[in-house]
Amino acid sequence: MTEIIIAGFGGQGVLVMGQLLAYAGMLESKEVTWYPSYGPEQRGGTCNCSVVISEREIGSPIVVEPDAAIIMNRPSLDRFEPMLKPGGILVYNSTLIDRELERTDLRVIPVPANEVADELGNTRIANMVALGAFLEAAKVVSPKSIVESLSHVLSERHHGLIPLNVQALERGRAYQY
Amino acid sequence: MAKVLMKGNEAIAEAAIRAGCRAFYGYPITPQNEIPNYMALHLPERGGVYLQAESEVSAINMVYGAAGCGVRVMTSSSSPGISLKAEGISYIAAAELPCVIVNVMRCGPGLGGIHPSQGDYFQAVKGGGHGDYRLIVLAPGSVQEMADLTFEAFDLADKWRNPVMVLADGLLGQMMEPVEFIDREPQMVPKPWATTGAEGRKPNIINTLDIVPESLEKRNYALAEKYARIADEETRWQEYKIEDADLIIAAYGTSARAARSAVDMAREKGMRVGLIRPISLWPFPSAPFAEAADGTRQFLVVEMSMGQLIEDVRLAVNGRGVVHFINRLGGMVPTPPEIYSKIEAILQGGEVQ
Repeated sequence: MTEIIIAGFGGQGVLVMGQLLAYAGMLESKEVTWYPSYGPEQRGGTCNCSVVISEREIGSPIVVEPDAAIIMNRPSLDRFEPMLKPGGILVYNSTLIDRELERTDLRVIPVPANEVADELGNTRIANMVALGAFLEAAKVVSPKSIVESLSHVLSERHHGLIPLNVQALERGRAYQY
Repeated sequence: MAKVLMKGNEAIAEAAIRAGCRAFYGYPITPQNEIPNYMALHLPERGGVYLQAESEVSAINMVYGAAGCGVRVMTSSSSPGISLKAEGISYIAAAELPCVIVNVMRCGPGLGGIHPSQGDYFQAVKGGGHGDYRLIVLAPGSVQEMADLTFEAFDLADKWRNPVMVLADGLLGQMMEPVEFIDREPQMVPKPWATTGAEGRKPNIINTLDIVPESLEKRNYALAEKYARIADEETRWQEYKIEDADLIIAAYGTSARAARSAVDMAREKGMRVGLIRPISLWPFPSAPFAEAADGTRQFLVVEMSMGQLIEDVRLAVNGRGVVHFINRLGGMVPTPPEIYSKIEAILQGGEVQ
């Protein structure tokens, strides 16, 4: 069982990243749950979701001690860094996070997600860069399943952006860290 | 049909449309807003009516009207909104009209919070509105069951001419899980009692006022007799590893998910623990508890309320076993490790009640 937290500002696409992971897990015939932080959130506020991918039936979809986290902004790092399991994977957006990490017992993968996204010409694609790096580090679902999930998870009006999403995933996966 | 990834709330809405629901009336409240959202988007294009009422009170009375016309109809809300609908629910039960009411529970009392809770158990199964009446109450434990039990709720409502409540919570409503919509036909029944225009027949009258005590008492007894038949035929539950269990957990919905994981954790440590998960909360599955309570077993009730489910478990156990208790409140959800710790304390630490 892999328990994942994805967190960032509202609008950074953290919920979509989680949905892609869950959908890809489902395509691979695994048990999956996705659970958002819901409530008085707003654009610019913090936002997160929990994803559980498992071979067995999943009890609670709430993740309290994640095996892995994708962290897109500083407030989310402050909140979730202490919660990660020892030896857990931490992919973080180094464009927006400039502080040193406090934990020394994690597998840390800093990715300048916004910089890479800007090079691709669309800063909103930073989430896919980070997700690409995560896929390479965590190997919890295959990149192929993620790509297949794009057309199911993204609303139809965004389907024109799928090639750009795939490109960003590739850049994230190939990113040297 | 292949599996799709959906929120529990969306699964309820899609299942309702597939079950023949053609009218939806509601008023927004977190954490159930995806139900009216989905209905607003999809119900009109599939031949139905979606209407956002000016209040919960209006919405439930629109349900009363549509149900009286014989249409499959649904409303959904969350805890404070269900309180506002309570009067209308009592009227619908009294008029013996079929409809489906969804409560995606949030924490209370009062305006409370928006996070998951099971605090409306009493309201759902013991009354809520005034007078002697019963709702059939179904408690899903997964997104798949949100779909399956909603579909079934419409058939049960028509079969028994009784309102059916689907009692979920914010976690089940907000979470996404794979769900499969099986191709099945709703069990449509003739509704000769419906107010459909009275062409070539005497008018049907739907009314709950009956001020002659001798007459109303007869009606009350007739309802009681119907409720007894529902209890005979429609009680539903799921058993998990109870045969050899020394300790049986009772939990429904979200609590049961965590409880099941805790059962597995305990089994791995060699402790004989099982789970009875009520699926119909009314009628309550007393039989499996009564049968299990042979004097050698203990029970543990897990709930996200202050001690509501435990009353029905105690009634069923009827003194033939210690009934322990663990709960979380205020929007907190019990975790498998904390339930496991309780199991360990009972079975290995000799914890007494």
